[in-house]
Amino acid sequence: MDFPVLSIITFTPIVAGMVILCLPAHRKREIRILALVAATIALLLSAWAYFTFGQAQGDYRFEEQYAWIPALGISYHVGVNGISMPLVLLTGIVIFTGVLISWNIDDRPREFFAFLFVLATGVFGVFVALDLFHLFFFYEIAVFPMFLLIAIWGWKVTREYAAMKLTLYLFIGSVIALVGALAMYFMSGLNTFDLLALEQAGFSTAFQRFWFPFVFFGFAVLGGIFPFHNWSPDGHVAAPTAVSMFHAGVLMKLGAFAALRVGIMLLPEGAQFWSPLIIILATINVVYGASIAMVQSDFKYVIGFSSVSHMGLVMLGFATLNKDGLTGAGLQMFSHGVMTALFFAVVGMVYDRAHTREIPKLGGFAKVMPLVAVGFIVGGLVSMGMPGFSGFVAEFPIFMGLWQKQPVAALIAVVGIVITAAYVMRIVRQVFFGKMPEAFEGKVGGVTTFDKIALVLLSGIMISIGVMPSLMAPMVETGTEIILRLVGGV
Amino acid sequence: MPILEFTPSMLLAILSEMGLLVLAGIILLVDAIGRQGSRRNLGWLTASGLAAILIAMFIWGKPEASEGLVLGGMLRHDWPAFTFKILLLFAAAVTALLSTGMKPFGDRGEFFALLVVTVMGMNLMVSAADLIMLYLAIETTSIPLYVLAGFLKGDDKSTESGLKYFLFGAIASAVMLYGFSLIYGFSGETNLYALAAGVQAQQLSPWLMGGMALLVIVGFGFKISAAPFHFWAPDVYEGAPTPITAYISTASKAAGFAVLVRVMLAVFPAIQAYWAAILTAMAVVTMTLGNLLALAQKNIKRLLAYSSIAHAGYILIGVVAVNPPPLGTASMLLYLIAYVVTNLAAFAVVVLFARSTGSDEIEDYAGLSRRSPGLALSLLVALLSLAGMPPFAGFIAKVYIFAAAVQSGLIWLAFVGVINAIIGLYYYLTILKVVYLYRSDDEDRRIAIPGAHAVALVGCIAAVLIIGIISGPWLDWTLQAVSSWF
Repeated sequence: MDFPVLSIITFTPIVAGMVILCLPAHRKREIRILALVAATIALLLSAWAYFTFGQAQGDYRFEEQYAWIPALGISYHVGVNGISMPLVLLTGIVIFTGVLISWNIDDRPREFFAFLFVLATGVFGVFVALDLFHLFFFYEIAVFPMFLLIAIWGWKVTREYAAMKLTLYLFIGSVIALVGALAMYFMSGLNTFDLLALEQAGFSTAFQRFWFPFVFFGFAVLGGIFPFHNWSPDGHVAAPTAVSMFHAGVLMKLGAFAALRVGIMLLPEGAQFWSPLIIILATINVVYGASIAMVQSDFKYVIGFSSVSHMGLVMLGFATLNKDGLTGAGLQMFSHGVMTALFFAVVGMVYDRAHTREIPKLGGFAKVMPLVAVGFIVGGLVSMGMPGFSGFVAEFPIFMGLWQKQPVAALIAVVGIVITAAYVMRIVRQVFFGKMPEAFEGKVGGVTTFDKIALVLLSGIMISIGVMPSLMAPMVETGTEIILRLVGGV
Repeated sequence: MPILEFTPSMLLAILSEMGLLVLAGIILLVDAIGRQGSRRNLGWLTASGLAAILIAMFIWGKPEASEGLVLGGMLRHDWPAFTFKILLLFAAAVTALLSTGMKPFGDRGEFFALLVVTVMGMNLMVSAADLIMLYLAIETTSIPLYVLAGFLKGDDKSTESGLKYFLFGAIASAVMLYGFSLIYGFSGETNLYALAAGVQAQQLSPWLMGGMALLVIVGFGFKISAAPFHFWAPDVYEGAPTPITAYISTASKAAGFAVLVRVMLAVFPAIQAYWAAILTAMAVVTMTLGNLLALAQKNIKRLLAYSSIAHAGYILIGVVAVNPPPLGTASMLLYLIAYVVTNLAAFAVVVLFARSTGSDEIEDYAGLSRRSPGLALSLLVALLSLAGMPPFAGFIAKVYIFAAAVQSGLIWLAFVGVINAIIGLYYYLTILKVVYLYRSDDEDRRIAIPGAHAVALVGCIAAVLIIGIISGPWLDWTLQAVSSWF
């Protein structure tokens, strides 16, 4: 493949961000239009890559490789497999809808979009990385804009605290994983950071068992694994809408993906050894996250904890180390990304109009914004794993895989799904139906066209995958096979 | 190592020193005969003179094939020295630009002449291969620096800064000189590269050797502001004119590291385990103390002082990760390069901010992102680079240092560094929070950026980005440069 599609996808946002920074601050309209154009390009290119993926050959497609730091065997090496391709598409979708929803940000939109785009480049860079150094480079690029995005444009009450907490958690995780990565580099003796070469390095069992927790949990902090999930609900709640969408929708996948890519794929024996612990922690994630979500009265905290719960399912899928579980985890990453982006978009739309997120104070919003209500219900059905929606396509294989590995954990984790159904229905009833409090009567307007486009796009994707799993499942399975070859499972 | 016969071409080894001496003379001449108006451009004159020397160095001053001891064994003309000289000239040029037009020293010929003399001293320091030469070079550097630190005569803090710097410097220098005299007494040699053999021939007890190394480390530890010899740094940094603070925290530190590594590798290879252990302990204490104390600072110059102490700790990791060569030493060199350009960028912002507002307090930086988005962005780049974030120079330097530590089996030290990096990130982010988040009343008062300062700032930021993104050539350069030390 001659056309360097992955590089263009990766660098479009950051180039657009730099151009935006050069515009005068008061040209807000031009800034927004430029942002939308760049996001559209990223989305269309990732969609193009997604749909032509099947035509390319090999484990990793659209590969590009250039020397970067030859002295240490570091190269700029990108390529996607069946697991990372959907995540690239997901990032394209979320950045596009995120720009649509942030259209009305009025406080320094220039800096906002520039930082958001730096973040997007970091995320794309990690998903396409085939070099360990390259992965770290973009991983940390993705971490720091988060701080400013939350601290400047976030919810006034908790933003400083949440932004600092989130940044420090993620930085701790990433530097610890970095030490692990350096250990792998020197242990392999191959003088290369290339992931494909390191996969074949044949690390000793003791080495793998020792370093696996550093690397896996270092990244899994960003995936929200218990007990390192603490930053995530606070961060989600404090962030402005588009950033919450990005954050829960894409960034948590970044952590999970890196944990899979570096932890499990480079240290498969370590993964086998530690998988019981991951299963225990991830099961806690699922049940505990859902239970906390159940008792929250703040709309956004409910969604924040639901992300913790759903990311637990992803980790469970990883820990099964079998075909069903890993395929489910790959699908769940995509499905949850779209779903939670939708959720946060809805929360943002409600909050912008009601100026409160206390669930008991809300009500009857389906009347003024029917499309938002429909969107939320679709998202809710996805999160309950209802057949016909993408959540089912993703969660069902995870439980199948988990049952083969550890039936008790599967039984416990299913409880989490039941609780999910309960809190979703509680919100639907309380926020969208019921009686609208008098304070809002006549004062709450509908949503903008851009908001509607975003809602329809996100819901449409979840229904399409739910109805036609063949759009994504076979692709993810090709990625799973690569992992299984390394792990040596079935 | 044989001393090369004198040939006229050896003078190229001191090309920069000769050029600097001439430059200092020109500055004094212009100051004496020039009109008031021309004195305002002394900063430009100094910077362009330094730039010319830098270019001349690249054309004629490279060691190429003639690496070795020159001029009777006083100096060693080698790649590490060349690299350090380039770095020092760059730092001095930025300092000169930052001083241009600053009241009350920006139009004083003696200020710039002294600055140029310190650069000359440092240039000799990094290439000195003889104890006598080394000591003279260190003093040539230090004495003008004491004057520069106390240059603001009417300002108590600056006077205190100069005096404190002088007192601490004099004591450290005396201890170091005592160490030198012991070394000479036991070996009968003054040449660094002959010493090792001389000392070995005497079959001295490792304890005595260790004692001598310790005395020398005291002197160098002062220069690099490593704990427990760091006490002078915060007060001196705070009181000195800000461009000089920038200069002391970058160039002086870099020269100190150059000397430290050269002497340790050349004179004390026999007791490497011993001095590595001492420096490891110093590294741990230095970075931890620097970072913890930085947390409490309200003044940005003091904060950067403690942060620069912490960075000395990280750089020491590269020094102690000496085995197997050359990765550790190379990482030290790269980290210094990255640190120098980054810290200069940070100080450039501090200079510009204080020039318009007269304040160095962090709380006064509130609203900077609205007053001057460009300046705020520069500060963001500089601080994130100091914190070790990609795509800036600090990231590659951090990875490189940690890689060296892991390779030498000092994984625990890498983890200490990691924990410190997190503390560092915390206080850098605290500043950025003030800059980007908080509001202030004078948000609509713009901050003027004169041409000289703009050139300096853009140069440093560009260097931070270039080193951070296109890292390959720099890594190759440092690896090859330091290989001549082994």
